Amino acid sequence: MGTYIVKRFLLMLLTLIGISIIIFVLLRLMPGNIADIMFDSAGFVDPAEKAQIEKELGLDLPIPVQYFHWIRGLLVWDLGFSYVSEMPSVDELGPRIPITAKLAGLALFFSVLFGLPLGVISAVKQDTALDYILRIVSLSGLSLPSFWLALLILMFFVSTFGTIPIYLDPPDNLWDELVLYSIPAAAVGFRSSALIMRLTRSSMLEVMRQDYIRTARSKGASENSINYHHALKNAVLPVTTIIGIEAAFLIGGLIITETVFNIPGVAHFLVEAILMRDYPIVQNLVMLIAVVTVVINFAVDMLYAVLDPRIKYAE
Amino acid sequence: MKRKVFAIASAASLVGLMFCAEAALAAKSGGVLKAYHRGTPPSGSIHEEATNSTVAPYMGVFNNLIMYDQAKAIESMDTIVPDLATKWAWNSDKTKLTFTLREGVKFHDGKPFTAKDVVCTWNLVLGNAKPKLRKNPRKSWYKNLDKVTADSDYQATFHLKRIQPAFVALLAGGYSPVYPCHVSPKKMRTHPIGTGPFKFVSLKQNEHVKFTKNMDYWKEGRPYLDGIEWTIIKSRATRVLAFVAGKFDFTFNVDVTIPLLKDVKAQAPHAVCELVPIGVSVNLIVNQFKPPFDDAGIRKAMVLSIDRQAFIDILGHGQYDRGGAMMPPPAGVWGMPKDVLAKVAGYSLDIEGNRAAARKIMEGLGYGADNRLKVKVSTRNIAVYRDPAVILIDHLKEVYIDATLDTVETSNWHAKVARKDYMVGLNLTGAGVDDPDANFYENYSCGSQRNYTGYCKPEMEKLFEKQSMMEDQEARKKLVWEIDKKLQEDAARPMIYHIKSAQCWQPYVHGFVTHVNSIITSGAWKTSGWTNNPVATGKMAGTPPRNICLGASRPVRSCG
Repeated sequence: MGTYIVKRFLLMLLTLIGISIIIFVLLRLMPGNIADIMFDSAGFVDPAEKAQIEKELGLDLPIPVQYFHWIRGLLVWDLGFSYVSEMPSVDELGPRIPITAKLAGLALFFSVLFGLPLGVISAVKQDTALDYILRIVSLSGLSLPSFWLALLILMFFVSTFGTIPIYLDPPDNLWDELVLYSIPAAAVGFRSSALIMRLTRSSMLEVMRQDYIRTARSKGASENSINYHHALKNAVLPVTTIIGIEAAFLIGGLIITETVFNIPGVAHFLVEAILMRDYPIVQNLVMLIAVVTVVINFAVDMLYAVLDPRIKYAE
Repeated sequence: MKRKVFAIASAASLVGLMFCAEAALAAKSGGVLKAYHRGTPPSGSIHEEATNSTVAPYMGVFNNLIMYDQAKAIESMDTIVPDLATKWAWNSDKTKLTFTLREGVKFHDGKPFTAKDVVCTWNLVLGNAKPKLRKNPRKSWYKNLDKVTADSDYQATFHLKRIQPAFVALLAGGYSPVYPCHVSPKKMRTHPIGTGPFKFVSLKQNEHVKFTKNMDYWKEGRPYLDGIEWTIIKSRATRVLAFVAGKFDFTFNVDVTIPLLKDVKAQAPHAVCELVPIGVSVNLIVNQFKPPFDDAGIRKAMVLSIDRQAFIDILGHGQYDRGGAMMPPPAGVWGMPKDVLAKVAGYSLDIEGNRAAARKIMEGLGYGADNRLKVKVSTRNIAVYRDPAVILIDHLKEVYIDATLDTVETSNWHAKVARKDYMVGLNLTGAGVDDPDANFYENYSCGSQRNYTGYCKPEMEKLFEKQSMMEDQEARKKLVWEIDKKLQEDAARPMIYHIKSAQCWQPYVHGFVTHVNSIITSGAWKTSGWTNNPVATGKMAGTPPRNICLGASRPVRSCG
């Protein structure tokens, strides 16, 4: 097991190095840089001034040199300065990360809270009216564009309650935070729960056809015990993979939700930084997302061993 | 006896009502004005930017020497009033403009304002200062300015190379604040210091920009507001919905498009909205250095193919304006009236006649139904640019020109245009001041950085100078029309239409006058509390009720 963990760690490191090179190069391949953006707001480009700005920011150095400077900074936790705000990257990213983490966490919570049990119910009540209803709801969750759903939710609140559940000021306490993030989280969670629900249903149906389920039933086990203790425990393995993927996706994939609900998280900030060619922010944020993704994947792999004793990570 | 009592009581009630009404209409101090903003301002340095995103929020930090009267909707030379200058006068040959400055004014950091700050500011704009402005989009405005001198602590003189009566118009606009000498341009970008009614508090990218009342403001009793908070909301749908829900007192300057205005009026009938020109024109830029567009005939054919009314109907629901380079009347002071505009080639309403003439020109150049000219129409990849570009492509088809759309990301647009890496472009141009000196020198003069097409004609330069030197403003207007006509017929930057958009505010916001001939001052200055009028009576606790009565000085629960 120890060897497996070391190997996985080395693999993670290699993955992260690869991602850092890809993001670094891709950013520089994109036409235009921060100097072009700065001049855009002035309505013209002064080549001499642009060259001066590029020199100040080190953008005139060879790309490998710029890469080396960035990696060296990362290793000593010097994340550089935002080109746009001229503030340290840490100060820009620091307050935003917990916001997205909370939103993503809550979204994941809703998606599992609704997805898993509804998937079980749908599988158990296969081909009944309830099953059909749940499947239609899950299909709509997968088909509805998230920006459209989010805007519909806002319009519903405005026209019905005369208020709008968007982020305007930082919440004062935990309850306010919960209230603020629950609606956008539910909007995001709707899609994820649909996915989890369908996968759980499919996985459950497969497991419930197994001989040991028939044996348990014939031995007089209750339906609840059969469904949750025997079937779900075995059906949940592929669902765990999806939950892990969704969790990783949520960190960077909340752009639409954050934009529509005006939540100042990292996803929205990342897109703005890309548009502004704010290299330090984009590079550091993408690396953060990459780290979170590989760690979550690793955690999911470790979870398999816990969920299924047959799985052993050994040479 | 009873009748006497009744009469006295009635009279007393009437007097009481009059007092109440007067009290209700009188300005009330207090309250933080909440507005939304469409995106993070690129910086806080007005002199370095050419976007309303900076000017609208940051105007309140500064004062000008002189400004346009906030209470008058149309800005003109006749509406200029004192600000940091108490009076000004020309010398006998009108080449020196001397300002007497207000004494006892302090910057937000406590340092005194003197004539040296005026000198420093315009040295920055002229490019003579160190450190320099990083970007200097209005350097071309001051082509005629030789130097600025501080004659004493409270007197500054602008020395012009030649007479330019409209010079005061450039100083009165929203792009001409006075900067402090002692603060570097870099600091002004991130934490600007001014003498204005509001102090900068904080900017958080994609979140907010906040300003607080300058308690030591030199205008006694002002500003009325305790502060202004701009919440940044990128999604237009979200921010307009938030306004409808009562979360904001004010929309961003002319942010409400015509289709959205209908929604706002339907969902928030209590809101006060005004549809105004925003000083932005949609126009064509043609690369005169790239064959075959170096041929004036092809440029003329392109202009003749345009059906301006189609653009206005489709994109503006019939509300946009046709015009030349200068904003058309009634909002614009210098634009050609309809009868003059109709005589400009390409502006006739006989679209088929225009297009037939265009086809004839193209056939004369060897093009036709079997030999069509292939071009790319480049434009910025945002809706307000892209939508008219699509319509333009359709019109060009009528004159044997097959165009494809080349969308360019914002970061590359000006760089691409600057290096003339385009054939035909669909462009938007904003006017900071409704004056020909600003417009002509910025957009059409030889060597100007914002003259995207590189249009340069010595005879036109002479005309620009001639109109700039005219003292008789009515005669000047006639000459401006002539110049504008020539510019359109030269296809220097053919105008397609002038945009209108709406500004909305909650009915409890008072004293706001939308300026109609400048995007810069059509909203920004008022919310900054620069004038005698702007008042926000203060937000009600919680969300205002939907049945706020128009005309009420404060929100009421029932309109009965």
